[in-house]
Amino acid sequence: MTQQLATENKTTESELKAGSNLERILAAGQFAVTGEIGPPKNFDVEVIHRKVSLLKGYVDAANITDNQTGIVRMSSIGAGILIINQGLEPVIQLTCRDRNRLAMQSDILGAAAHGIKNVLCLSGDHQSFGNHPGAKNVHDLDSMQLMRMLQEMRDKNQFQCGEEIAGGGPPLFIGAAANPFADPVELRPLRLKKKAIAGANFVQTQIIYDMDRFKQYMKKSVDLGVTETVSVLAGVGPLKSAGMARYMRDNVPGMTVPDEIIERMEDAVQGISSEDKKARMAASRAEGIRICIEQIEQLKEVEGVAGIHIMAIEWEEAIKPIVTSAGLYPRPVCDS
Amino acid sequence: MIVADQKPIEDIKQMLRGKRKVLAVGCGTCVAVCFAGGKREVGLLCSALRMATDLAGEPVEIDETVVQRECEQEYIEHLGERLDEYDAILSLGCGVGVQSLADSFPNTRVLPALNTKFMGAPSGQGVWEERCQGCGNCLLEYTGGICPISRCPKQLMNGPCGGTDQGGRCEVDPEIPCAWYNIWARMDNLNIQDELMEIHPPKDWSTSRDGGMRRIVRKDLQKPELDEGDS
Ligand code: SF4
Repeated sequence: MTQQLATENKTTESELKAGSNLERILAAGQFAVTGEIGPPKNFDVEVIHRKVSLLKGYVDAANITDNQTGIVRMSSIGAGILIINQGLEPVIQLTCRDRNRLAMQSDILGAAAHGIKNVLCLSGDHQSFGNHPGAKNVHDLDSMQLMRMLQEMRDKNQFQCGEEIAGGGPPLFIGAAANPFADPVELRPLRLKKKAIAGANFVQTQIIYDMDRFKQYMKKSVDLGVTETVSVLAGVGPLKSAGMARYMRDNVPGMTVPDEIIERMEDAVQGISSEDKKARMAASRAEGIRICIEQIEQLKEVEGVAGIHIMAIEWEEAIKPIVTSAGLYPRPVCDS
Repeated sequence: MIVADQKPIEDIKQMLRGKRKVLAVGCGTCVAVCFAGGKREVGLLCSALRMATDLAGEPVEIDETVVQRECEQEYIEHLGERLDEYDAILSLGCGVGVQSLADSFPNTRVLPALNTKFMGAPSGQGVWEERCQGCGNCLLEYTGGICPISRCPKQLMNGPCGGTDQGGRCEVDPEIPCAWYNIWARMDNLNIQDELMEIHPPKDWSTSRDGGMRRIVRKDLQKPELDEGDS
Protein backbone atom coordinates (compact mmCIF):
# COMPACT_ATOMS: atom_id res chain seq x y z
CA MET A 1 0.00 0.00 0.00
CA THR A 2 1.69 3.21 -1.04
CA GLN A 3 0.55 6.28 0.79
CA GLN A 4 0.39 9.55 -1.00
CA LEU A 5 -0.73 12.95 0.02
CA ALA A 6 -4.01 13.40 -1.75
CA THR A 7 -4.20 17.02 -2.78
CA GLU A 8 -7.95 16.67 -2.99
CA ASN A 9 -7.99 16.51 0.83
CA LYS A 10 -7.83 20.26 0.97
CA THR A 11 -11.15 21.65 0.10
CA THR A 12 -11.68 24.38 -2.39
CA GLU A 13 -14.79 26.50 -2.42
CA SER A 14 -16.15 24.59 -5.37
CA GLU A 15 -15.67 21.18 -3.83
CA LEU A 16 -16.59 21.15 -0.19
CA LYS A 17 -16.39 17.88 1.71
CA ALA A 18 -19.07 18.64 4.23
CA GLY A 19 -19.94 22.29 3.81
CA SER A 20 -19.54 23.18 7.48
CA ASN A 21 -19.00 26.79 8.38
CA LEU A 22 -15.41 26.02 9.40
CA GLU A 23 -14.73 24.33 6.10
CA ARG A 24 -16.22 27.18 4.10
CA ILE A 25 -14.18 29.78 5.97
CA LEU A 26 -10.98 27.83 5.35
CA ALA A 27 -11.87 27.12 1.72
CA ALA A 28 -12.42 30.83 1.20
CA GLY A 29 -8.89 31.45 2.46
CA GLN A 30 -10.09 33.32 5.54
CA PHE A 31 -8.08 33.11 8.76
CA ALA A 32 -10.21 30.73 10.85
CA VAL A 33 -10.91 30.91 14.56
CA THR A 34 -12.07 27.97 16.63
CA GLY A 35 -12.71 27.77 20.35
CA GLU A 36 -13.43 25.08 22.84
CA ILE A 37 -16.30 24.19 25.14
CA GLY A 38 -15.95 21.63 27.89
CA PRO A 39 -19.36 20.07 28.59
CA PRO A 40 -20.47 19.94 32.24
CA LYS A 41 -20.15 16.94 34.55
CA ASN A 42 -23.94 16.72 34.64
CA PHE A 43 -26.84 17.32 32.26
CA ASP A 44 -27.21 21.02 32.93
CA VAL A 45 -28.20 22.66 29.65
CA GLU A 46 -27.66 26.10 31.16
CA VAL A 47 -23.91 25.57 31.37
CA ILE A 48 -23.81 24.93 27.64
CA HIS A 49 -26.01 27.93 26.90
CA ARG A 50 -23.82 30.22 28.98
CA LYS A 51 -20.65 29.08 27.23
CA VAL A 52 -22.26 29.37 23.81
CA SER A 53 -23.25 32.95 24.60
CA LEU A 54 -19.58 33.74 25.29
CA LEU A 55 -18.28 32.19 22.07
CA LYS A 56 -21.03 32.74 19.53
CA GLY A 57 -20.06 35.26 16.89
CA TYR A 58 -16.41 35.20 17.95
CA VAL A 59 -15.43 31.76 16.69
CA ASP A 60 -16.29 29.92 13.49
CA ALA A 61 -16.81 26.67 15.35
CA ALA A 62 -16.27 25.34 18.85
CA ASN A 63 -14.67 22.04 19.81
CA ILE A 64 -16.72 20.00 22.21
CA THR A 65 -14.40 17.88 24.28
CA ASP A 66 -15.02 14.15 24.68
CA ASN A 67 -14.56 13.07 28.31
CA GLN A 68 -11.46 15.21 28.38
CA THR A 69 -8.65 13.97 30.63
CA GLY A 70 -10.67 10.82 31.13
CA ILE A 71 -13.33 12.52 33.24
CA VAL A 72 -16.96 11.68 32.59
CA ARG A 73 -18.91 14.59 31.18
CA MET A 74 -21.94 15.18 29.01
CA SER A 75 -21.22 13.49 25.67
CA SER A 76 -19.64 15.61 22.98
CA ILE A 77 -22.36 14.70 20.51
CA GLY A 78 -25.15 15.44 22.99
CA ALA A 79 -23.62 18.81 23.84
CA GLY A 80 -22.94 19.39 20.14
CA ILE A 81 -26.63 19.07 19.31
CA LEU A 82 -27.49 21.62 22.00
CA ILE A 83 -24.89 23.96 20.56
CA ILE A 84 -26.21 23.66 17.02
CA ASN A 85 -29.63 24.56 18.33
CA GLN A 86 -28.09 27.67 19.85
CA GLY A 87 -26.66 28.69 16.50
CA LEU A 88 -23.01 27.79 17.08
CA GLU A 89 -21.21 25.20 15.01
CA PRO A 90 -19.59 22.33 16.92
CA VAL A 91 -16.42 20.37 16.24
CA ILE A 92 -17.16 17.06 17.88
CA GLN A 93 -14.16 15.47 19.53
CA LEU A 94 -14.13 11.70 19.22
CA THR A 95 -11.63 9.65 21.19
CA CYS A 96 -10.49 6.11 20.52
CA ARG A 97 -10.34 5.45 24.24
CA ASP A 98 -14.03 4.90 24.87
CA ARG A 99 -15.47 3.29 21.74
CA ASN A 100 -14.81 0.51 19.32
CA ARG A 101 -15.36 0.80 15.57
CA LEU A 102 -19.02 -0.17 15.87
CA ALA A 103 -19.79 2.56 18.38
CA MET A 104 -17.73 5.13 16.48
CA GLN A 105 -19.51 4.57 13.22
CA SER A 106 -22.95 4.54 14.79
CA ASP A 107 -22.14 7.70 16.77
CA ILE A 108 -20.98 9.37 13.58
CA LEU A 109 -24.19 8.46 11.78
CA GLY A 110 -26.21 9.75 14.72
CA ALA A 111 -24.18 12.96 14.84
CA ALA A 112 -24.53 13.47 11.10
CA ALA A 113 -28.29 12.99 11.39
CA HIS A 114 -28.27 15.93 13.80
CA GLY A 115 -26.31 18.09 11.39
CA ILE A 116 -22.89 17.68 12.98
CA LYS A 117 -20.14 17.88 10.36
CA ASN A 118 -16.81 18.67 11.98
CA VAL A 119 -15.18 15.74 13.78
CA LEU A 120 -11.82 15.85 15.54
CA CYS A 121 -10.19 12.43 15.83
CA LEU A 122 -8.15 11.79 18.96
CA SER A 123 -6.51 8.87 20.73
CA GLY A 124 -7.80 10.29 23.99
CA ASP A 125 -6.12 11.02 27.29
CA HIS A 126 -5.38 7.84 29.17
CA GLN A 127 -8.06 6.87 31.69
CA SER A 128 -5.49 6.80 34.50
CA PHE A 129 -5.59 10.63 34.47
CA GLY A 130 -9.33 10.75 35.01
CA ASN A 131 -11.96 9.86 37.55
CA HIS A 132 -12.38 6.22 36.54
CA PRO A 133 -8.78 5.00 36.50
CA GLY A 134 -9.96 1.37 36.73
CA ALA A 135 -11.85 1.60 33.43
CA LYS A 136 -11.02 -0.66 30.52
CA ASN A 137 -9.82 1.32 27.55
CA VAL A 138 -10.84 0.36 24.05
CA HIS A 139 -8.34 1.57 21.43
CA ASP A 140 -9.82 -0.73 18.82
CA LEU A 141 -8.63 1.87 16.30
CA ASP A 142 -6.05 4.57 16.72
CA SER A 143 -6.62 8.13 15.56
CA MET A 144 -5.04 7.53 12.14
CA GLN A 145 -7.28 4.55 11.53
CA LEU A 146 -10.27 6.50 12.78
CA MET A 147 -9.62 9.28 10.28
CA ARG A 148 -9.17 6.79 7.49
CA MET A 149 -12.42 5.08 8.46
CA LEU A 150 -14.35 8.37 8.47
CA GLN A 151 -12.80 9.34 5.15
CA GLU A 152 -13.96 6.08 3.62
CA MET A 153 -17.41 6.44 5.11
CA ARG A 154 -17.65 9.87 3.52
CA ASP A 155 -15.88 9.35 0.19
CA LYS A 156 -16.50 5.70 -0.55
CA ASN A 157 -19.88 5.34 1.18
CA GLN A 158 -18.38 2.45 3.04
CA PHE A 159 -18.42 1.11 6.54
CA GLN A 160 -15.07 0.02 7.89
CA CYS A 161 -15.95 -3.60 7.07
CA GLY A 162 -16.35 -2.65 3.42
CA GLU A 163 -20.13 -2.86 3.39
CA GLU A 164 -21.89 -0.10 1.54
CA ILE A 165 -23.67 2.70 3.41
CA ALA A 166 -26.97 2.66 1.56
CA GLY A 167 -28.06 6.19 0.80
CA GLY A 168 -24.54 7.59 0.98
CA GLY A 169 -21.89 8.39 3.54
CA PRO A 170 -22.10 11.21 6.09
CA PRO A 171 -20.69 14.62 5.09
CA LEU A 172 -17.71 15.09 7.39
CA PHE A 173 -14.96 17.64 7.79
CA ILE A 174 -12.25 15.56 9.41
CA GLY A 175 -9.83 16.98 11.93
CA ALA A 176 -6.81 15.83 13.87
CA ALA A 177 -4.77 17.11 16.76
CA ALA A 178 -1.02 17.60 16.60
CA ASN A 179 1.59 18.23 19.24
CA PRO A 180 4.53 19.91 17.51
CA PHE A 181 6.63 19.79 20.65
CA ALA A 182 6.45 16.22 21.95
CA ASP A 183 9.42 13.91 21.57
CA PRO A 184 10.74 12.74 19.17
CA VAL A 185 10.54 16.27 17.76
CA GLU A 186 12.09 15.24 14.43
CA LEU A 187 9.15 12.96 13.83
CA ARG A 188 6.38 15.50 14.46
CA PRO A 189 6.19 17.11 11.00
CA LEU A 190 6.18 13.62 9.48
CA ARG A 191 3.33 12.63 11.76
CA LEU A 192 1.41 15.66 10.58
CA LYS A 193 1.96 14.45 7.07
CA LYS A 194 0.80 10.99 8.03
CA LYS A 195 -2.39 12.47 9.47
CA ALA A 196 -2.98 14.30 6.22
CA ILE A 197 -2.52 11.05 4.35
CA ALA A 198 -4.89 9.29 6.75
CA GLY A 199 -7.61 11.76 5.84
CA ALA A 200 -7.29 14.88 7.99
CA ASN A 201 -8.74 18.00 6.39
CA PHE A 202 -7.76 20.24 9.27
CA VAL A 203 -5.44 20.03 12.24
CA GLN A 204 -5.48 21.85 15.55
CA THR A 205 -2.18 22.02 17.40
CA GLN A 206 -1.26 21.86 21.04
CA ILE A 207 -1.06 25.28 22.72
CA ILE A 208 1.99 27.15 21.49
CA TYR A 209 4.09 29.32 23.78
CA ASP A 210 7.45 28.72 22.18
CA MET A 211 7.07 30.53 18.89
CA ASP A 212 10.56 29.71 17.61
CA ARG A 213 10.07 25.99 17.94
CA PHE A 214 6.65 26.22 16.34
CA LYS A 215 8.07 28.13 13.38
CA GLN A 216 10.66 25.41 12.84
CA TYR A 217 7.91 22.80 12.93
CA MET A 218 5.80 24.71 10.43
CA LYS A 219 8.74 25.28 8.14
CA LYS A 220 9.38 21.54 7.96
CA SER A 221 5.69 20.80 7.53
CA VAL A 222 5.39 23.31 4.69
CA ASP A 223 8.49 21.79 3.06
CA LEU A 224 6.85 18.37 3.27
CA GLY A 225 3.89 19.76 1.38
CA VAL A 226 1.49 19.02 4.22
CA THR A 227 -0.12 22.43 4.32
CA GLU A 228 -1.16 22.07 0.71
CA THR A 229 -3.57 19.38 1.75
CA VAL A 230 -4.50 20.18 5.31
CA SER A 231 -5.43 23.41 7.11
CA VAL A 232 -3.37 23.96 10.24
CA LEU A 233 -5.01 25.87 13.07
CA ALA A 234 -2.38 26.94 15.57
CA GLY A 235 -3.33 26.39 19.20
CA VAL A 236 -3.21 29.30 21.61
CA GLY A 237 -4.34 29.62 25.19
CA PRO A 238 -4.36 32.65 27.47
CA LEU A 239 -2.38 32.16 30.66
CA LYS A 240 -4.20 32.96 33.89
CA SER A 241 -1.12 33.35 36.06
CA ALA A 242 2.62 32.78 36.30
CA GLY A 243 1.80 29.67 38.32
CA MET A 244 -0.22 28.25 35.45
CA ALA A 245 2.62 29.00 33.05
CA ARG A 246 5.08 27.15 35.25
CA TYR A 247 2.66 24.27 35.70
CA MET A 248 2.25 23.89 31.95
CA ARG A 249 5.99 24.06 31.42
CA ASP A 250 6.64 21.39 34.04
CA ASN A 251 3.70 19.04 33.54
CA VAL A 252 2.51 19.08 29.97
CA PRO A 253 4.54 16.69 27.81
CA GLY A 254 6.77 18.49 25.38
CA MET A 255 5.52 21.93 26.32
CA THR A 256 8.10 24.63 26.65
CA VAL A 257 7.07 27.99 28.04
CA PRO A 258 9.90 30.45 27.45
CA ASP A 259 11.25 32.23 30.54
CA GLU A 260 10.36 35.54 28.97
CA ILE A 261 6.66 34.68 29.11
CA ILE A 262 6.87 33.49 32.70
CA GLU A 263 8.68 36.70 33.65
CA ARG A 264 6.02 38.81 31.97
CA MET A 265 3.34 37.00 33.94
CA GLU A 266 5.30 37.53 37.16
CA ASP A 267 5.91 41.20 36.40
CA ALA A 268 2.21 41.76 35.79
CA VAL A 269 1.47 41.46 39.50
CA GLN A 270 4.53 43.37 40.70
CA GLY A 271 3.64 46.15 43.05
CA ILE A 272 0.15 44.85 43.78
CA SER A 273 -0.28 43.88 47.41
CA SER A 274 -0.53 40.13 47.92
CA GLU A 275 -3.61 40.87 50.05
CA ASP A 276 -5.44 42.22 47.05
CA LYS A 277 -6.11 38.90 45.36
CA LYS A 278 -8.72 40.36 43.06
CA ALA A 279 -6.44 43.02 41.65
CA ARG A 280 -3.60 40.54 41.24
CA MET A 281 -5.87 38.14 39.38
CA ALA A 282 -7.18 40.89 37.11
CA ALA A 283 -3.68 42.16 36.33
CA SER A 284 -2.29 38.76 35.59
CA ARG A 285 -5.25 37.70 33.45
CA ALA A 286 -5.02 40.91 31.46
CA GLU A 287 -1.36 40.17 30.77
CA GLY A 288 -2.26 36.61 29.77
CA ILE A 289 -4.72 37.93 27.25
CA ARG A 290 -2.18 40.48 25.94
CA ILE A 291 0.42 37.77 25.40
CA CYS A 292 -2.16 35.63 23.62
CA ILE A 293 -3.07 38.47 21.27
CA GLU A 294 0.59 39.15 20.46
CA GLN A 295 1.05 35.46 19.68
CA ILE A 296 -1.91 35.47 17.33
CA GLU A 297 -0.42 38.45 15.53
CA GLN A 298 2.79 36.48 15.07
CA LEU A 299 0.97 33.32 14.02
CA LYS A 300 -0.87 35.19 11.29
CA GLU A 301 2.52 35.69 9.66
CA VAL A 302 3.68 32.08 9.86
CA GLU A 303 3.53 30.33 6.52
CA GLY A 304 1.06 27.47 6.48
CA VAL A 305 -1.01 28.64 9.44
CA ALA A 306 -4.64 28.81 8.31
CA GLY A 307 -6.17 29.95 11.57
CA ILE A 308 -6.07 29.65 15.31
CA HIS A 309 -7.65 27.40 17.86
CA ILE A 310 -8.17 29.17 21.19
CA MET A 311 -8.21 26.96 24.25
CA ALA A 312 -9.66 28.89 27.13
CA ILE A 313 -11.45 26.11 28.94
CA GLU A 314 -13.28 27.39 32.04
CA TRP A 315 -12.29 30.91 31.00
CA GLU A 316 -14.54 31.38 28.00
CA GLU A 317 -14.87 35.09 28.88
CA ALA A 318 -11.38 35.55 27.45
CA ILE A 319 -12.44 34.65 23.92
CA LYS A 320 -14.23 37.90 23.14
CA PRO A 321 -11.38 40.31 24.07
CA ILE A 322 -8.80 38.08 22.38
CA VAL A 323 -10.64 37.74 19.09
CA THR A 324 -11.62 41.39 19.04
CA SER A 325 -8.19 42.79 19.86
CA ALA A 326 -6.47 40.42 17.45
CA GLY A 327 -8.47 42.03 14.69
CA LEU A 328 -10.43 38.89 13.99
CA TYR A 329 -13.87 40.29 14.73
CA PRO A 330 -16.38 40.26 13.15
CA ARG A 331 -16.08 36.75 11.83
CA PRO A 332 -16.55 36.43 8.10
CA VAL A 333 -19.76 34.99 6.79
CA CYS A 334 -19.29 32.44 4.04
CA ASP A 335 -22.68 31.44 2.74
CA SER A 336 -23.26 27.92 1.60
CA MET B 1 8.04 -16.43 29.87
CA ILE B 2 4.96 -15.97 31.99
CA VAL B 3 5.65 -13.51 34.77
CA ALA B 4 3.74 -13.64 38.02
CA ASP B 5 3.80 -12.03 41.39
CA GLN B 6 2.69 -13.32 44.77
CA LYS B 7 -0.66 -12.12 46.10
CA PRO B 8 -0.57 -10.19 49.37
CA ILE B 9 -0.24 -12.65 52.23
CA GLU B 10 -3.40 -11.27 53.83
CA ASP B 11 -5.41 -12.25 50.75
CA ILE B 12 -3.96 -15.75 50.77
CA LYS B 13 -4.62 -16.08 54.48
CA GLN B 14 -8.22 -15.07 53.84
CA MET B 15 -8.55 -17.78 51.17
CA LEU B 16 -7.29 -20.39 53.62
CA ARG B 17 -9.85 -19.58 56.32
CA GLY B 18 -11.68 -22.65 57.47
CA LYS B 19 -9.21 -25.03 55.82
CA ARG B 20 -7.41 -27.53 58.06
CA LYS B 21 -4.87 -28.92 55.67
CA VAL B 22 -3.76 -27.74 52.24
CA LEU B 23 -1.20 -28.77 49.67
CA ALA B 24 0.92 -25.96 48.27
CA VAL B 25 2.02 -26.73 44.72
CA GLY B 26 4.81 -24.71 43.14
CA CYS B 27 5.94 -24.88 39.55
CA GLY B 28 9.48 -25.30 38.30
CA THR B 29 9.07 -23.47 35.01
CA CYS B 30 8.26 -19.79 34.33
CA VAL B 31 7.24 -18.79 37.85
CA ALA B 32 10.40 -20.37 39.24
CA VAL B 33 12.50 -18.32 36.85
CA CYS B 34 10.76 -15.10 37.90
CA PHE B 35 11.07 -16.02 41.59
CA ALA B 36 7.35 -16.17 42.30
CA GLY B 37 6.44 -19.85 42.58
CA GLY B 38 9.53 -22.06 42.60
CA LYS B 39 10.80 -24.23 45.44
CA ARG B 40 12.25 -21.38 47.44
CA GLU B 41 9.14 -19.22 47.19
CA VAL B 42 6.89 -22.12 48.13
CA GLY B 43 9.00 -22.67 51.24
CA LEU B 44 8.98 -19.02 52.24
CA LEU B 45 5.28 -18.51 51.64
CA CYS B 46 4.30 -21.67 53.49
CA SER B 47 6.39 -20.77 56.58
CA ALA B 48 4.84 -17.33 56.60
CA LEU B 49 1.35 -18.76 56.26
CA ARG B 50 1.88 -21.31 59.01
CA MET B 51 2.97 -18.55 61.32
CA ALA B 52 0.22 -16.18 60.33
CA THR B 53 -2.58 -18.73 60.63
CA ASP B 54 -1.15 -19.90 63.95
CA LEU B 55 -1.10 -16.38 65.27
CA ALA B 56 -4.66 -15.89 64.15
CA GLY B 57 -5.65 -18.97 66.18
CA GLU B 58 -6.74 -20.85 63.05
CA PRO B 59 -3.69 -22.93 62.23
CA VAL B 60 -3.58 -24.49 58.80
CA GLU B 61 -1.39 -27.49 58.14
CA ILE B 62 0.45 -26.97 54.88
CA ASP B 63 2.42 -29.52 52.88
CA GLU B 64 4.72 -28.38 50.11
CA THR B 65 5.57 -29.76 46.72
CA VAL B 66 6.89 -28.47 43.42
CA VAL B 67 6.07 -29.96 40.04
CA GLN B 68 8.19 -29.41 37.01
CA ARG B 69 5.40 -27.98 34.88
CA GLU B 70 2.05 -27.28 36.50
CA CYS B 71 0.28 -26.56 33.21
CA GLU B 72 0.64 -30.10 31.85
CA GLN B 73 -1.41 -32.99 33.06
CA GLU B 74 1.35 -35.56 32.92
CA TYR B 75 3.39 -33.56 35.43
CA ILE B 76 0.58 -33.14 37.93
CA GLU B 77 -1.50 -36.31 37.74
CA HIS B 78 0.56 -38.05 40.45
CA LEU B 79 -0.73 -35.47 42.95
CA GLY B 80 -4.15 -37.10 42.73
CA GLU B 81 -2.99 -40.07 44.80
CA ARG B 82 -2.70 -37.99 47.98
CA LEU B 83 -5.38 -35.36 47.56
CA ASP B 84 -7.92 -37.02 49.83
CA GLU B 85 -6.15 -35.67 52.89
CA TYR B 86 -6.36 -32.05 51.77
CA ASP B 87 -9.12 -29.45 51.92
CA ALA B 88 -7.56 -27.51 49.06
CA ILE B 89 -4.58 -27.03 46.79
CA LEU B 90 -2.79 -23.70 47.05
CA SER B 91 -1.19 -23.20 43.66
CA LEU B 92 1.94 -21.15 43.19
CA GLY B 93 1.74 -21.66 39.46
CA CYS B 94 0.50 -19.18 36.91
CA GLY B 95 -3.19 -18.97 36.01
CA VAL B 96 -2.70 -21.74 33.52
CA GLY B 97 -1.25 -23.99 36.21
CA VAL B 98 -4.14 -23.24 38.58
CA GLN B 99 -6.63 -24.24 35.89
CA SER B 100 -4.77 -27.38 34.90
CA LEU B 101 -4.95 -28.46 38.53
CA ALA B 102 -8.66 -27.63 38.64
CA ASP B 103 -9.27 -29.53 35.40
CA SER B 104 -7.39 -32.57 36.66
CA PHE B 105 -8.91 -32.68 40.12
CA PRO B 106 -12.63 -31.91 39.95
CA ASN B 107 -13.20 -32.76 43.60
CA THR B 108 -10.54 -30.52 45.06
CA ARG B 109 -10.72 -26.79 45.50
CA VAL B 110 -7.75 -24.98 43.90
CA LEU B 111 -6.71 -21.55 45.21
CA PRO B 112 -4.33 -19.14 43.47
CA ALA B 113 -1.43 -17.74 45.47
CA LEU B 114 -0.07 -15.72 42.57
CA ASN B 115 -1.32 -12.97 40.33
CA THR B 116 -0.31 -13.82 36.79
CA LYS B 117 0.89 -10.61 35.22
CA PHE B 118 2.12 -10.93 31.69
CA MET B 119 4.31 -12.54 29.08
CA GLY B 120 7.58 -10.76 29.41
CA ALA B 121 11.26 -10.76 30.05
CA PRO B 122 13.65 -9.51 32.69
CA SER B 123 14.91 -6.06 31.81
CA GLY B 124 17.27 -5.65 34.71
CA GLN B 125 18.07 -7.09 38.12
CA GLY B 126 14.71 -7.84 39.72
CA VAL B 127 12.71 -6.11 36.96
CA TRP B 128 10.44 -7.79 34.45
CA GLU B 129 8.60 -6.08 31.63
CA GLU B 130 5.70 -7.08 29.46
CA ARG B 131 6.54 -7.89 25.87
CA CYS B 132 3.58 -9.75 24.33
CA GLN B 133 -0.18 -9.88 24.70
CA GLY B 134 -0.71 -12.88 22.50
CA CYS B 135 -2.91 -10.95 20.07
CA GLY B 136 -2.64 -13.87 17.67
CA ASN B 137 -1.44 -11.82 14.73
CA CYS B 138 2.12 -10.68 15.23
CA LEU B 139 2.95 -7.26 13.84
CA LEU B 140 6.56 -6.99 14.99
CA GLU B 141 7.58 -7.04 11.35
CA TYR B 142 6.24 -3.51 10.96
CA THR B 143 7.28 -2.02 14.24
CA GLY B 144 10.98 -2.60 14.35
CA GLY B 145 10.67 -5.62 16.63
CA ILE B 146 9.00 -3.66 19.45
CA CYS B 147 5.40 -4.50 20.30
CA PRO B 148 3.04 -1.51 20.68
CA ILE B 149 0.13 -3.77 21.59
CA SER B 150 1.78 -4.78 24.86
CA ARG B 151 4.05 -1.79 25.42
CA CYS B 152 1.90 1.23 24.51
CA PRO B 153 -0.99 1.81 26.95
CA LYS B 154 -3.11 3.03 24.03
CA GLN B 155 -2.11 0.13 21.79
CA LEU B 156 -1.45 2.57 18.98
CA MET B 157 -0.71 1.02 15.63
CA ASN B 158 0.42 4.34 14.19
CA GLY B 159 2.11 6.08 17.10
CA PRO B 160 3.53 7.88 18.93
CA CYS B 161 0.75 9.90 20.53
CA GLY B 162 1.29 13.54 21.41
CA GLY B 163 2.15 12.73 24.97
CA THR B 164 5.64 11.30 24.71
CA ASP B 165 7.74 13.10 27.25
CA GLN B 166 11.23 14.44 26.90
CA GLY B 167 13.67 11.59 26.69
CA GLY B 168 11.01 9.25 25.37
CA ARG B 169 9.05 8.39 28.50
CA CYS B 170 5.40 7.38 28.25
CA GLU B 171 2.90 10.02 29.35
CA VAL B 172 0.96 7.41 31.26
CA ASP B 173 3.84 6.36 33.48
CA PRO B 174 7.23 8.06 33.47
CA GLU B 175 8.73 4.79 34.68
CA ILE B 176 8.03 3.12 31.36
CA PRO B 177 9.65 4.03 28.06
CA CYS B 178 7.35 5.14 25.25
CA ALA B 179 7.06 2.13 22.96
CA TRP B 180 6.70 4.32 19.90
CA TYR B 181 9.65 6.48 20.76
CA ASN B 182 11.71 3.29 20.83
CA ILE B 183 10.11 1.98 17.65
CA TRP B 184 11.03 5.19 15.93
CA ALA B 185 14.58 5.20 17.32
CA ARG B 186 15.13 1.61 16.29
CA MET B 187 13.73 2.04 12.80
CA ASP B 188 15.76 5.19 12.40
CA ASN B 189 18.84 3.26 13.43
CA LEU B 190 18.05 0.51 10.93
CA ASN B 191 17.41 3.17 8.31
CA ILE B 192 13.88 1.96 7.70
CA GLN B 193 12.14 5.02 9.19
CA ASP B 194 10.28 5.52 5.89
CA GLU B 195 8.14 2.55 6.82
CA LEU B 196 6.69 4.62 9.63
CA MET B 197 4.72 6.61 7.08
CA GLU B 198 2.74 3.49 6.23
CA ILE B 199 -0.74 3.67 7.74
CA HIS B 200 -1.45 0.36 9.36
CA PRO B 201 -5.07 -0.58 8.82
CA PRO B 202 -7.36 -1.43 11.74
CA LYS B 203 -6.23 -4.59 13.42
CA ASP B 204 -8.31 -7.73 13.15
CA TRP B 205 -8.82 -8.43 16.84
CA SER B 206 -10.68 -11.67 16.21
CA THR B 207 -7.43 -13.56 16.67
CA SER B 208 -7.03 -11.88 20.04
CA ARG B 209 -9.01 -12.38 23.24
CA ASP B 210 -11.96 -10.70 21.51
CA GLY B 211 -12.58 -13.79 19.39
CA GLY B 212 -13.19 -15.96 22.44
CA MET B 213 -10.99 -18.56 24.08
CA ARG B 214 -8.32 -19.48 21.60
CA ARG B 215 -7.39 -22.94 20.58
CA ILE B 216 -4.78 -24.44 18.32
CA VAL B 217 -5.38 -27.81 16.71
CA ARG B 218 -2.38 -29.42 15.05
CA LYS B 219 -3.62 -32.41 13.10
CA ASP B 220 -0.04 -33.42 12.37
CA LEU B 221 0.59 -33.90 16.06
CA GLN B 222 -2.59 -35.73 16.86
CA LYS B 223 -2.64 -39.52 17.07
CA PRO B 224 -3.87 -40.74 13.69
CA GLU B 225 -7.35 -42.16 14.01
CA LEU B 226 -7.41 -45.66 12.66
CA ASP B 227 -9.74 -46.32 9.80
CA GLU B 228 -12.37 -48.86 10.65
CA GLY B 229 -11.06 -51.08 7.89
CA ASP B 230 -7.62 -51.16 9.54
CA SER B 231 -8.75 -52.63 12.79
S1 SF4 C 1 3.55 8.04 25.19
FE1 SF4 C 1 4.14 6.40 23.76
S2 SF4 C 1 3.74 4.48 24.83
FE2 SF4 C 1 2.70 6.10 25.97
S3 SF4 C 1 0.60 6.12 25.15
FE3 SF4 C 1 1.76 7.60 23.93
S4 SF4 C 1 2.56 6.46 22.18
FE4 SF4 C 1 1.87 4.95 23.69
